[in-house]
Amino acid sequence: MDTVSRKGELRLMLIFSAAVLLMPVWLSPFGAAYPDLLQKFAIFGIFAVGFNILFGLTGYLSFGHAVFLGVGSYAAVWSFKLFTMNVIPAVIFGVIFSGIFAALIGFVSLRRSGIYFSILTLAFAQMSYNLAYSVLTPITNGETGLQLRLHDLRMIDALFIEAGEGLPLTNLFGIKMSGYPGFYFCAVLLIIGFYLALRVKNSPFGLALKAIKSNQTRMGYTGFNSRPYMLSAFMISGMYAGLAGALLAVTDPLAGAERMQWTASGEVVLMTILGGAGTLIGPLLGAGLIKYFENIFSSYDDSLLHQAFSYLPDAMNDVVVGMISPFVGDGWHLTLGALFMVIIIFLPGGIVGGITHLWQRLVKKNQEPTEMEGKQQ
Amino acid sequence: MTDRKKEAREWSRRQMLKTSAAGAALATAGSPMFFVKNAWAAKFRNDPGSSSSITLGFNVPQTGAYSDEGADELRAYKLAVQHLNGEGDGGMLNTMTPKSLKGNGVLGKKVKFVTGDTQTKSDAARASAKRMIEKDGVLMVTGGSSSGVAIAVQGLCQENGIIFMAGLTHSNDTTGKDKKRYGFRHFFNAYMSGAALGPVLEKEYGNQRKAYHLTADYTWGWTQEESMRKFTEALGWQTTAAVKTPVGAGDFSQYITPVLNSGADVLILNHYGKDMINSLTQAVQFGLRDKQVNGKNFEIVVPLFSRLMAQGAGENIKGILGSTNWNWSLKDAGSQAFVKSFGQAYGFPPSMAAHTCYVQTLLYANACEMAGSFYPPEVIKAMEGFKFDGMGNGATEYRAEDHQCFKDVLVVRGNNNPSSQFDLLEVVQEVPRSQVEYDAAIFGGALGPYKV
Repeated sequence: MDTVSRKGELRLMLIFSAAVLLMPVWLSPFGAAYPDLLQKFAIFGIFAVGFNILFGLTGYLSFGHAVFLGVGSYAAVWSFKLFTMNVIPAVIFGVIFSGIFAALIGFVSLRRSGIYFSILTLAFAQMSYNLAYSVLTPITNGETGLQLRLHDLRMIDALFIEAGEGLPLTNLFGIKMSGYPGFYFCAVLLIIGFYLALRVKNSPFGLALKAIKSNQTRMGYTGFNSRPYMLSAFMISGMYAGLAGALLAVTDPLAGAERMQWTASGEVVLMTILGGAGTLIGPLLGAGLIKYFENIFSSYDDSLLHQAFSYLPDAMNDVVVGMISPFVGDGWHLTLGALFMVIIIFLPGGIVGGITHLWQRLVKKNQEPTEMEGKQQ
Repeated sequence: MTDRKKEAREWSRRQMLKTSAAGAALATAGSPMFFVKNAWAAKFRNDPGSSSSITLGFNVPQTGAYSDEGADELRAYKLAVQHLNGEGDGGMLNTMTPKSLKGNGVLGKKVKFVTGDTQTKSDAARASAKRMIEKDGVLMVTGGSSSGVAIAVQGLCQENGIIFMAGLTHSNDTTGKDKKRYGFRHFFNAYMSGAALGPVLEKEYGNQRKAYHLTADYTWGWTQEESMRKFTEALGWQTTAAVKTPVGAGDFSQYITPVLNSGADVLILNHYGKDMINSLTQAVQFGLRDKQVNGKNFEIVVPLFSRLMAQGAGENIKGILGSTNWNWSLKDAGSQAFVKSFGQAYGFPPSMAAHTCYVQTLLYANACEMAGSFYPPEVIKAMEGFKFDGMGNGATEYRAEDHQCFKDVLVVRGNNNPSSQFDLLEVVQEVPRSQVEYDAAIFGGALGPYKV
């Protein structure tokens, strides 16, 4: 029944864990090894892995997944405000609330498929965004965003800890959750999330999801009720997003409505397609790439470019910098767009698809695909 | 046979998982000590130590609705860095009093900077500020063109022990209920706008008016509406309605139509940036300004004005009253020096956003010189209660209780006969500081500790 060997699974998990935990080392030559960006890699990795369970396996394209990210964040921040600065309840609340939201939205949206499903999720997302932005301001604090205050209730903390002078920090039983400890917390959750996604993909449940992708109508005719499977997949994927949202609040206790905006929903679609939809590792690569562009490319400016090309003669330097500068700094969207087009046109399977292709060409002898890219088609 | 094989595999997998989990736990516990060794060695965050330069972080909107302001702020920051390093004509360094700066960098260290894009979103702004703090090692973060963003970044800076010099932020909350020990604001606020505009409105429009508010739905809009209501109602005006509009709505016609039949005779637009340009333009197109209500001419008031907005609104701005922090047409030596060096560098006069950002950078550098150190608690103490002059607003004080600058406020009117494309605002009155001052306690909030 299980086409992927347990051994292969284990090997993949080991390599994956090592790669994630050692990110601070191997990312430093790229200028990306600082806690905030590493946290973002791990968090949006979780978001994309979860999104892939829905989109990659069942082919249902949700255009409103950022809702669950936002719900997770708001739930986590409220947990900080009302109960405790410990992150465990915050994460649990984030996942539970996003699960409930996913059940509600999924129940309605999943009555339709294809483009109608996408539009329904988009409509729900915009609704939630506007609610958070201007209607539910007592809960969400509108555009300013929900923030911690000195005089928050913090019922559980108040019993055990003497309040300090400044704002308390989010912590895991005393370990503060900003900086590197925050990254490792997210990284461990990413590894667990990745393992669960792997198990889902290789389970009979996962098989049913893939069957839905290949032909849902036929499944219906054979007497297979696919709706519970769809709803579960939608909820699981929403809960991953909620986890990611809660982690955003854990590493930086603030929740804003813009996390729910349609651009945020679009971003996770981009991540998944860029990396390779349906593959396990692809969405992670996509998430990393987009966050890298957003944070590093946007910080390049002309003076930095002049420095980088200082080995060229002055006239040449100016020409080269003039050619490159529209693509960095505030032009990072442009570069990302161009890259996205190149990948869609030349590598329809995303980055992972491209690597697989290359690998198969190089190693003609070993035609058997490895499990990382194995069962996507 | 196969079963047993499976079992054996199963067992080894479990063992391996255990081992890897233990490894992960070890890595979690051990690695922070290897990677962030310097965090313990430094006396404070991003201590420049013996390095020959310091880095400042300029965090401004480069994309989105406030990008015009952001671009102008960045120009001003670059100019400030040049002047601090002794390049260019020195700008306000020649007019500032008292001054500890020597024009050779700060405390002998050359000033460098990094930039970031806030996208006018709290999340993006905080990510960008974190990058500056964690990766680029900045000593101070400055910028912002929205109060929501400024408050978000200010909170982050407090947690990280990095000084935040707010740029364009006009909400009462920035130095009110959300004030922070590490945050400083040179710009004026909504309360001061109200206090300055009140008497002028009474003089121009009398005290028998009915006002209708359209308010941008976020911290700045809320506090501005609150302040405007407070001061206009004190004159005897009535508030017919106050409607909140989403930020970046684009089309305001659905909000303006009800104004026509509401019986109000003044429309107060608590909007900023492109929102204000759009709502004002539409209000004028709907013929509000040609209307007679209750036997009086219908009037529009825009409490917070900027020259960049006036440029966007074009003809529609003529004759409309508002308040502003600074305008390039001021004749004092500080303003003139700044306008001159800005004009030479970029070919047009600076906006009020550029002015406040430029001044903030100089004030931070000056406080470091005064403290003789970059150690934030000392720099903060140097800035608290600092009185200065010659920077465009006359005598100014950084009030210690809430880190708000107190100075004269300008009441302006859209110029009916502009002499150039930049001469759009005419100064009606320079309202003295004493008239706009208030007790620091009225907004609540607490600054928090010096040491974090």
